Amino acid sequence: MPKMTGAQAVLECLKREGVDVVFGLPGGVLLPLYDALYHSDIRHILVRHEQGAAHMADGFARATGKVGVCIATSGPGATNLVTGIATAYMDSVPLVAITGQVNTFLIGKDAFQEADITGITLPITKHSYLLKSARDIPRVFREAFYIARSGRPGPVLIDLPRDVTVEEMEFSWPEVHLPGYQPSTKPHEMQTKKAAKVLMGAERPVIYVGGGVKYADAHRELFDLAMKLNAPVTTTLMGVGCFPEDHPLSLGMLGMHGTKYANYAIQESDVLLAVGARFDDRVTGKIASFAPLAKIIHIDVDPAEIGKNVRVDIPVVGDAKKALAAFLKETEAKPRSAWNEKIDSWKRDYPLRYVPDMNIIKPQFVIEKLCELAPDAIITTEVGQNQMWAAQFFVHKDPRKFISSGGLGTMGYGFPAAIGAKMGMPDCEVIDIAGDGSFLMNSQELATAVVNDIPVKVAILNNGCLGMVRQWQELFFDKRYSATILGRTSPDFVKLAEAYGAVGLRATKPVEVEPVIKAALASDKPTVMDFIINPLEMVSPMVPAGATLGEILELEWCEACDSSFFEGLPARGQILDQEEIS
Amino acid sequence: MKHTIAVIVENKSGVLTRIAGLFSRRAFNIDSLSVGATDNPDYSRMTLTVMGGEEVLEQVIKQLSKLINVIRVSELNPAESVERELAIIKVNADRENRSEIMQVVDIFRAKIIDVSARSMIIEITGDEEKINAIVQLLRQYGIKEMARTGKVSMARGLKSTQP
Repeated sequence: MPKMTGAQAVLECLKREGVDVVFGLPGGVLLPLYDALYHSDIRHILVRHEQGAAHMADGFARATGKVGVCIATSGPGATNLVTGIATAYMDSVPLVAITGQVNTFLIGKDAFQEADITGITLPITKHSYLLKSARDIPRVFREAFYIARSGRPGPVLIDLPRDVTVEEMEFSWPEVHLPGYQPSTKPHEMQTKKAAKVLMGAERPVIYVGGGVKYADAHRELFDLAMKLNAPVTTTLMGVGCFPEDHPLSLGMLGMHGTKYANYAIQESDVLLAVGARFDDRVTGKIASFAPLAKIIHIDVDPAEIGKNVRVDIPVVGDAKKALAAFLKETEAKPRSAWNEKIDSWKRDYPLRYVPDMNIIKPQFVIEKLCELAPDAIITTEVGQNQMWAAQFFVHKDPRKFISSGGLGTMGYGFPAAIGAKMGMPDCEVIDIAGDGSFLMNSQELATAVVNDIPVKVAILNNGCLGMVRQWQELFFDKRYSATILGRTSPDFVKLAEAYGAVGLRATKPVEVEPVIKAALASDKPTVMDFIINPLEMVSPMVPAGATLGEILELEWCEACDSSFFEGLPARGQILDQEEIS
Repeated sequence: MKHTIAVIVENKSGVLTRIAGLFSRRAFNIDSLSVGATDNPDYSRMTLTVMGGEEVLEQVIKQLSKLINVIRVSELNPAESVERELAIIKVNADRENRSEIMQVVDIFRAKIIDVSARSMIIEITGDEEKINAIVQLLRQYGIKEMARTGKVSMARGLKSTQP
């Protein structure tokens, strides 16, 4: 290879790692890198806020399975990535974040736009590097991509001082040599045999599936195993889509806003097979009484997850795909049992449901319509009620088509993530299901979507409040709606979309929902749908904090709730008078 | 319950921060930590003393092992390992009590490494209890300052933490 600058070497590394799109925003110390990028065929998506870049890279990675790449300049650029990096870390998303840094001789001198970003991101990265010499660029980039995507995936940060990018170097592409990092992917045979035996002996098995199945691309093995054993399958929020939800063995989602039948099944199971899931507190409820009768088998590629939150009877450390394939070999087909009958009766008795309304738009109705009209769309979500309704009422069938910030719960994630997903899967319809609160947290990326012609769709479930927090205030804080009513302070989302050159559509009555969705799906521009929904709607069912999964409640619809808080919301006054629609 | 853990790490900048950061983030209690070179210039060795039950110990070991720069982690069972700590202690010592202090030093097989008209520096190595014992005795003369290294530990016999 000829001599090149550090900046050129960075781009050469990206190319060798198969990167064709990066998300970023330049700055002073990144001038040499962006100058090299000017001559490169790597596509750069210019964002309007670096947080957007991190979420776009994250959405791209989740939709495609590839490593997402984001770039930000030193100091504030780098710190703006932090929420995005933390989001990716909590959900094990492969990400490489490249940050500019001040010249090496200025580091530690409180130089202009200097921030110790490796220090700041230490607890939210899988690994990080501060480059000191252009010579190290190929090794560091190769290691970073390898670490980001292998084992339990995660974000890796590379801090790139300005002088390193202009330094000349001779490019060579070294093999990865990381003596301290050898992720174990092949499960131990003794453990898989033991686990298979326990599964075969189970009378009331449940398979509990997390995001690990998606990342290991193990959904086919999961499907085959569930079918073979006639074992019902429930997924976490991260696992949504890993098992087709229209299948009779599907229990949908479990946990705080899971289905009643999933939670009942967990509590009565005698063998619980956890695959690539981490027993998060939103899943387990009161941990001491989680799955009290069950022997727990836990498959995870990260040994530190095993035994972290619950005691595990049979740990299986390894890749979910390999472990499930081994289980398939070790087990024999089991017929349907009384357990399947019991689950079917729970499913009949306690379906997910809501009270339909002819006059006011119910959020669940919007999701159902989206699912009906765009069943194969990639759905991203913001965080809160919109996220839970999207998980509950869209029928998910594909592991990489539900994209949501689960662990960190980042509001403002869904819209940029949708842009990233659309960049990765341009032939797929991508819809961000949003709330009026969370959409505003990164709505500036409308400019990114419009300028780069990325026709994502946004469905805002506009209830004029920070709905999930308001729901908790309603239930547990005696309806003291402290700082959760947005009301008139929100902008007109149709005008907002139009101001950016995007399309804005609004539905204020149930009959308008379908035409609005159809118009949005027909649009070849970024399109924002503003659905003025019932502000009082709550996410149901619900396991109250600290309760066991068995204590799941179906919430009343609190029609009696004092609606005066919501008066004067945009267009909502109209709906409340719409008696004549029916 | 106290556990001793030996950690072989890559000799790179930031490794100590990663380990200290891990302990604070995961709310593990670190009792003592010592770092130093090994015979391999690429690796350093840390000895950590950690408080907590078996589950905590298991998590500490697993989480440490996840760090990319950590090469190997092993728990050292006190019954099957040797452990030493070094302390240097400056005590008030004048003409009247100097010989008395020297007797204490003798009994503990410690060393005097500095003397002035009104002070003395004592060096002692041993396990934690031995050092605690001499510190206790020296207190009556007035300890002006003290520096302890924290424990280093190694398994007895052929068993080795270092790859």
